[in-house]
Amino acid sequence: MTFSFEANLAGAQLPNPILSASGCAGSGKELSQFFPLNEIGAIVTKSIMVKPRSGRATPRMAETPSGMLNSIGLQGPGVDYFLENDIPWLAEQGARTFVSIAGETVEDYAVLARRMRNLPGVVGIEVNISCPNVENRGMVFSCNPDTARAAIEAVRRNIGGDLPIIAKLSPDVTDIVSIAREVAHAGADGVALINTLLGMVIDTNSMLPKLAQRTGGLSGPAIRPVAVRAVYQVHSALPHLPILGMGGISTGRDAFEFILAGASAISVGTATFGNPQALITVRDELSSLLIERGFSSLQDAIGHAHREITE
Amino acid sequence: MSSINAKAQQISAELVSNKKVGSYHHMVFSVGDLAFQAKPGNFVAIAVGGPSSSMVLRRAFAIYRATESGPHGGLLELVVAPHGQGSKWLTGLAPHTSVDMVAPLGTHFGIPTEPVRALLVGGGYGSAPLFGLAELLKNRGCRVDMVLGASTASKIYAPLEGKRSVSSLTLTTDDGSAGIQGQITEVLPRLIEENEIEIIYSCGPMGMLAAITEVSKRYGIVHQCAVEESMACGIGVCMTCVLPVTGDDGVIRMLRSCIDGPVMDGEQVIWDSNRRIPEGTFGA
Repeated sequence: MTFSFEANLAGAQLPNPILSASGCAGSGKELSQFFPLNEIGAIVTKSIMVKPRSGRATPRMAETPSGMLNSIGLQGPGVDYFLENDIPWLAEQGARTFVSIAGETVEDYAVLARRMRNLPGVVGIEVNISCPNVENRGMVFSCNPDTARAAIEAVRRNIGGDLPIIAKLSPDVTDIVSIAREVAHAGADGVALINTLLGMVIDTNSMLPKLAQRTGGLSGPAIRPVAVRAVYQVHSALPHLPILGMGGISTGRDAFEFILAGASAISVGTATFGNPQALITVRDELSSLLIERGFSSLQDAIGHAHREITE
Repeated sequence: MSSINAKAQQISAELVSNKKVGSYHHMVFSVGDLAFQAKPGNFVAIAVGGPSSSMVLRRAFAIYRATESGPHGGLLELVVAPHGQGSKWLTGLAPHTSVDMVAPLGTHFGIPTEPVRALLVGGGYGSAPLFGLAELLKNRGCRVDMVLGASTASKIYAPLEGKRSVSSLTLTTDDGSAGIQGQITEVLPRLIEENEIEIIYSCGPMGMLAAITEVSKRYGIVHQCAVEESMACGIGVCMTCVLPVTGDDGVIRMLRSCIDGPVMDGEQVIWDSNRRIPEGTFGA
């Protein structure tokens, strides 16, 4: 029996469904020492912003049970540097790239979308409208249907061509399905579920918040059940909306959960911090697991947990 | 491929020996040919807690010594302070256990092309990478003086074999239980002047490195230090271990201590920056 591991993520054709997670693969160069970047489905870049950004003060990190808080604050060199340096280098490696973009205003998203036209190796755009590490919680576009829609519309109007747009959503909302529906109407070809959850650790020695900016985004295996739930709910309500699933995936078994819940592809994030080759491990374990469970293709397994419980 | 950590590999490293020395553990790992690649200042990142661990992040440790050959092949030696959950797990391991190690990582101490008079300054287990450095400097014809400090005698790591390469060793402790009572920086002016020091190499707590920088600036001496910031990945992808550093172009940038460090030019680091981004930082 031949097995097809190929993935189609909102129109992006990928040899396998394993992507890095934004902010967890650096510029790509840092991981290339550990595996060839074209071995995974796609690299998702750290979120690119219009201008260079220093990010937040340190401490920026706190390890938590089966997870971690981060409070990076979107540190990066800005879109000009990214287009001049990172994109050509990634293309040279034969990597398929999803560019993650993040803005402070709707206009920023429009500006960034225009800069994403006709880039070598770029197979899609992940629109980060859900970074929790911003000074004003009102700036988390995906926490409000109106701002979520406005940001995605700005990207859709300005991107041109047929590059898939994936909207990355926050789980810190009452009803993630309504946000997913809103961004789909606004022109998103798919959704990325989930960004980190807002969290806090208090250092009991200093008796102060551990992170300099007090709160951070919680990631790692601790959030996996929340992520699987989000993927399941959105797939159930919007079965034709492609989903990039993520949240605490560190093994093929974890990835399989997301595929069964309805994800077309998955991202590995925090696991890379603990294991530079986590993406390759997850890829190999997931393909073995799918074959072992009798699937002839990845496509057949997507959403398989939604079948009627009559068997 | 890029040039970042171009020598690094992820390997299974067997623990050859694990001995308690004062407040620390001297741990030796069999790493094969990887030992050839390690230079003083480089560090390793080890996964902790076993396969079902709830600790998702690696722990970083400076390399104490790299031995290229022996009955166990290439060896990497570490000095580990069991102060957190991860390091306690690691120091509790029995010989013949294997750990998941990524090494060698980060920048290394720069070695002058001409023989110079060097002062090596270590705080606590921060002395670890300085002994390999001392040996290297001595082999290059440098005079090496060393000063080690800690809160108390049991927290000074100064093994016998490490002392062979140094012309003088001065100890300081806060409580006076070994050497001179007081802070390590108090003895620096005398050592610099007596030994006509041209370069300082240091490793230890950030506060100590900041204080050494003040002294090195006063004397106009180059100061290479290995910084100690908490890291999540050790390989440059997580952006948590950053600190503000003034570049040669005069611009302050938030650099990663894992790949732009740990060895940095003390004078370029902006030390008093905990919990704030210095004014004028690129992108602030």
